Amino acid sequence: METTISVNLKIWRQRGPKEKGSFANYTVKNVSTGSSFLEMLDMLNQQLVEKGEEPVVFDSDCREGICGMCSLYINGHPHGPVQGITTCQLHMRKFHDGDTITIEPWRSAAFPVVRDLMVDRNAFDKIQQAGGYVSFNCGGAPDANATPISKEVADVAMDSATCIGCGACVAACKNGSAMLFVSAKVSQFALLPQGQVERARRAKAMVKKMDELGFGNCTNTGACAAECPKSIPLSNIARLNREYLKAKIKD
Amino acid sequence: MWLTSSSLGRKLVMAITGACLVLFVTFHCLMNGVAIFWPLAYNDICAFLGANWYALIASAGLAALFIIHIIYAVWLTLQNRKARGNDRYAVVSKPKQVEWASQNMLVLGIVILAFLIVHMIQFWAKMQLAEIIGAHGEIDPQNGLAFIMKAFSCWCTPVVYIIGFVALWFHMTHGFWSMFQSTGWDNDTWLPRLKCIGFWWATIVVVFFIAQAIVFTVRAHQCCAIACY
Repeated sequence: METTISVNLKIWRQRGPKEKGSFANYTVKNVSTGSSFLEMLDMLNQQLVEKGEEPVVFDSDCREGICGMCSLYINGHPHGPVQGITTCQLHMRKFHDGDTITIEPWRSAAFPVVRDLMVDRNAFDKIQQAGGYVSFNCGGAPDANATPISKEVADVAMDSATCIGCGACVAACKNGSAMLFVSAKVSQFALLPQGQVERARRAKAMVKKMDELGFGNCTNTGACAAECPKSIPLSNIARLNREYLKAKIKD
Repeated sequence: MWLTSSSLGRKLVMAITGACLVLFVTFHCLMNGVAIFWPLAYNDICAFLGANWYALIASAGLAALFIIHIIYAVWLTLQNRKARGNDRYAVVSKPKQVEWASQNMLVLGIVILAFLIVHMIQFWAKMQLAEIIGAHGEIDPQNGLAFIMKAFSCWCTPVVYIIGFVALWFHMTHGFWSMFQSTGWDNDTWLPRLKCIGFWWATIVVVFFIAQAIVFTVRAHQCCAIACY
């Protein structure tokens, strides 16, 4: 049943990366339970603009859970209390009338706040640039049957490749570690024949970049995998550990 | 050196030292069992592991393991706090898949360390250390059983020990499977099994330790205990 609810919002407001932020309280009335969380924030911003106040800055793009642009740490969970979805896929029917919802940006030294709820996730691009690709010239597309790949391997590689790079793993991790992201990116290539040529170099380069950018050390708590909107499994991290250690021991 | 400069290298060091310490704790538990069932044999073990060259080398190695494990733990935790940034989350909610122990390994480690210091003062300082420096007290340094009876005649000893053991249980249930993960045991089939093995390993060791503490306390409070041995 679709009804309307009224929610109290406690939102982090911060004017710039160097400035001190604080929480501000807002109330949004007549929110349809069929609307999405981001539509509710759009309603809030409309309200603020009409009052002549600064709207709340937050990231969003595709609004269908595939681009990895939306973020938001809602009531203690990246992408909200429902597991396996992004913030844009979160609906207001998951909340009750009169609820107070606390909305914070991703908090990590490597993801500085740009403004309000928007953070700079360039660090992930830098890690990708360090080795998250296949760089040899592959020529024309070969016949799909030319390189047989087992169904199991193809499935695991595909699961790793579903990472949208949103940064929820870093936000969820008490250590601010980017291991789940890096391990998914390393895994998708390490599992497939096309990734073999640069396998060792890739693992070393991406881990080195990850450490350089100030991400924390993984302590295997598993909060990343639990909060990941794409449910990337923790076994990716074990695979990255193995890839990296094998490459280092070979040196 | 990648064992110090890279995050994965540092975790490998934690995993290897942790694995050795798990083996040490298990060995220690078995030796204590000897003190319950064959008290005189226990004193022979105490003599065997006294200030002999092989025991001293092993003790030095063990001390090094502890020190490396502790230094790396503090170092990793400081780095991780820094990586979290300056502002903390106002609301934090633990997903149900996350073990409590995994988020509190340093705190648990500190409790174990505090227990370890008490334990070293009660036993090691009067046994191996006394032998090394040649300071003999009223009890022969190789008479391990007499030290057990003396320590456990105080009621506070089992309390402190049980607190230490409970912390050890939490620390080991996470640490056990975690060390396989850190060394790259990449397998969805075996990870749940390792978690299960780790749980039972830690439980059996800790239950044994607690049982031993209780048995020693009871024996120490029986008036004839020391006379019997």
